[in-house]
Amino acid sequence: MPETIQRDSLIGKRITKLDAPEKAGGKTRYIQDLDVQGQLYGKILRSARVHAKIKSIDTSAAKALPGVHAVITAADVPYQRPIGVAKDHFPLKTDRVRSLRDEIAAVAAETEAIAEAALKLIKVEYEDLPVLADPNDSLKPDAPLIHPEPHGATAKHDHLKQAQGIAYLGKPDNIAMTFDYQQGDVAAGERESDVVFEDTFHLHYVTHCCMGVSGIIAEFDPSGNLLMYSNTQVPFLHKREFAEILNMDPARIRIIQPPIGGGFGSKLDIYPFEPITVFLAKATGRPVKLVFTREEEFLASPTRQPVILTLRSGCKKDGTLTFRTVRTLHDNGAYTSWGATTPFVMMQTISSLYRVPHCLYHTKAVYTNNPYAGSFRGYGNLQATFAVEQHMDMMAEAIGMDPLEFRLKNAQDPGEVTPQGMHFKSCGFKECLTTAAEASGFLAKFKANEADKAKPGRFKRGVGMASMLHVGGGAKIYPSDGCGTILKMDDFGSVTLITGASEIGQGSETVLAQLVCEELGVPLSAVRVINNDTEITPWDVGVHASRTTFIAGNSAIGAARKARGKILDAAAKMAGLNAADLDLRAGHIVEAKNGTVVMTLAKLLRQLHFSDKAELVVTSFYYEPPSKHQDKHFKGDVSAAYAWATQVVEVEVDTDTGIVRLLKVTGAHDVGRILNRLGLEGQIEGGIVMGQGYALTEELMVENGVVRNPGFRDYKLVTAPEIPEMDVRFIETMDGEGPQGAKGVGEAPAICIAAATANAIYNATGVRIMALPFTPEKVYRALHAAKKEAA
Amino acid sequence: MSQQTINFTLNGVPTRVSVPVQMSALEMIRNVTGLTGTKYGCGEGECGACTIILDGVSLNSCLLFAVECDGRQVTTVEGLADDPLGRRIEKAFVDAGAVQCGFCTPGMVMQARQLLERNPRPSREEIQRGIEGNLCRCTGYVKIIDAIEAATKE
Repeated sequence: MPETIQRDSLIGKRITKLDAPEKAGGKTRYIQDLDVQGQLYGKILRSARVHAKIKSIDTSAAKALPGVHAVITAADVPYQRPIGVAKDHFPLKTDRVRSLRDEIAAVAAETEAIAEAALKLIKVEYEDLPVLADPNDSLKPDAPLIHPEPHGATAKHDHLKQAQGIAYLGKPDNIAMTFDYQQGDVAAGERESDVVFEDTFHLHYVTHCCMGVSGIIAEFDPSGNLLMYSNTQVPFLHKREFAEILNMDPARIRIIQPPIGGGFGSKLDIYPFEPITVFLAKATGRPVKLVFTREEEFLASPTRQPVILTLRSGCKKDGTLTFRTVRTLHDNGAYTSWGATTPFVMMQTISSLYRVPHCLYHTKAVYTNNPYAGSFRGYGNLQATFAVEQHMDMMAEAIGMDPLEFRLKNAQDPGEVTPQGMHFKSCGFKECLTTAAEASGFLAKFKANEADKAKPGRFKRGVGMASMLHVGGGAKIYPSDGCGTILKMDDFGSVTLITGASEIGQGSETVLAQLVCEELGVPLSAVRVINNDTEITPWDVGVHASRTTFIAGNSAIGAARKARGKILDAAAKMAGLNAADLDLRAGHIVEAKNGTVVMTLAKLLRQLHFSDKAELVVTSFYYEPPSKHQDKHFKGDVSAAYAWATQVVEVEVDTDTGIVRLLKVTGAHDVGRILNRLGLEGQIEGGIVMGQGYALTEELMVENGVVRNPGFRDYKLVTAPEIPEMDVRFIETMDGEGPQGAKGVGEAPAICIAAATANAIYNATGVRIMALPFTPEKVYRALHAAKKEAA
Repeated sequence: MSQQTINFTLNGVPTRVSVPVQMSALEMIRNVTGLTGTKYGCGEGECGACTIILDGVSLNSCLLFAVECDGRQVTTVEGLADDPLGRRIEKAFVDAGAVQCGFCTPGMVMQARQLLERNPRPSREEIQRGIEGNLCRCTGYVKIIDAIEAATKE
């Protein structure tokens, strides 16, 4: 036993992920790698038409195929309830299909090959309906309705209509959701303006492309309890929703999350394949496993929501922002998932990234026959930032101010309460701006590129900046934003941390373990994290909104502090010392002032059996600190803390081909405090490259409702040789409510890249492009058009 | 469905299996021999998650027929447990923070193994080129490149 131990801390260090060794060795078993004894394989028949009535379905030949255990259609599951944010579709479609992904029938068979063969034997007769492929057309008075009142549903389902949403009620127009927000008087703001711009920005379809495709295993035990192995990011919300859809007691539903091959927001909703697999398990009395193909993943998983955004903004000659008016049209697709609610996040950027006295924001999400949009890292903020940050550059240029000075003049300060009612307690925005600008040499490059713009030469360099504001302290989206922790210690000084928080690769289990080590003075190797079974873990709202470090971290700290208190009290009693004079270090109880070892932690824990007659088990719950939730006018806070960032992007534009290369990204992020530097860098770097894909290479091409590129061959993710040089700086503002001062960061790094790239292309070429992605063709055409105009 | 019996060495172990002639090597490795470290990411040779080493050459096992393994040496990520260079690469991936969701990682590790065998001292650019057929959605590749670079320095 050492005589003295000095205090050591893991906070801010480069801590390797707890699950990395098994993942690197290929030993981790994802949903694709799990098999359950006796399992059958599920497959889904999807619509062959974009928009059509289902006239008839003939499953007889499929049912007769040897090895097929069940073929089901909507008629076989009369108990199914609608799913989605607006409850606007059934897992298995009833009278019509509204997009090419729509689920018509499903098969459970002994092998995947048999299930596949059975699908080909199902005959469906359709009657085509006119296709709505453009959200503008959806608003026309003569537009066909995507969700007319279902034929014959009225009388039969009258009692369910109100509760069960659009699937029963229908919708007399194609408007899925609207958001309206107002602060001040934009007309007054416009009268004060010296400069006014109005432009329309077009944001495209992209999709998550998790490397692990979607999948689920569902089985019922002999007592009728449902067990699902699921990739969901929201297990506890799923439990409740599944209970509704299946008309089951939620207590009889258990969700186990195997390690998840990527999330990025794609797994926040219930998608039809999940209840369908449950229906198959019910129909066959066997466990059923259903895993997507990559093509299916492209066709039938959610997308980022495409947006047409018209922004009108103004400022005074001295650089003061005066007003912003925004109208957006969101292509909701055929059904409503979380994508429709992204305006809620977009309005924060519009009203509160900078000080703007007057704002007006109207948005509509409309039904079309396109793929339906879900939530995706950044949640609307990439789209809003793309428009807002381009206008910032345009206004700065118009009044002859540089982009940095203009932003600094309007940037938020700590302590600010915005007209929308958001309280910025910790706010390193101005430091982000100056740090990113200085580290990248922004101003000098900006001016040099401007001077070079008109000179002859094929390759042009450009530099552009963009900033962002995002939730960093949980998100007050659901009525509660809580997370629970159970912490127990064994006789040997090991800690089991049982948390509601989910791990999707972002490294939450490692950060949570670190926070516990900090309180309990145990090495990381002594902590085991259990985080994937609703039967064991306490409630949590889910992994989304960059909330896990903040919310689950505070919850874990709460439990660890309780345990620490108990341990130190017991040790003080045994050693005849004051608890306040003791500390926990490296698995020992020590005297705080000089580190003199009093006893080992393990010995004390064993002693507790006799003194306390209690194992050391503590529980803790963290709820976001009390504050005003947003009211029905969207005034109020959406988070306990806010994250800030500025990214400077340097590009080279090949004016002969339109190819834009990202040379360097300099990012400055207000993260509150660095907890795990290695994990933090990984989040930022990954986010930057995801932002690069959004800006330059990725586009889900949807033509008349048909996805033209459902594969990595034609949907281009950024590859290793294409990544930019990165210089990432962290601003530590030590948030008062954050765990050890930290704030959320998961979404932040992806948000600014497209906007900053647009500004950089302008700096390089003098051509401003307001539609994404910046493919060579689009850039070439824009440059060419500008040249023609000039001539 | 015509079956064929093949003999090959899988991670050093003599192996005999009977497979349908149209089955991919990926499917055989995962579903017949039960080694799940090799991942299905796309099935069309675009993502590299299914990378294996066949007679010393890395390739996408989804594009290879299982029967083509007959008489050959197949190494999967599980086989690197007995391989000093493989173990060094795995450790470097852990230490550099190159693993997030981990789904692309076995394929990346296999491709890195191939790269470093052919070129023990690659430049950063050569590493980037060497893994361009392997997609990662989490890391932005930076730490993967760091890891491979670190693995060259023993």
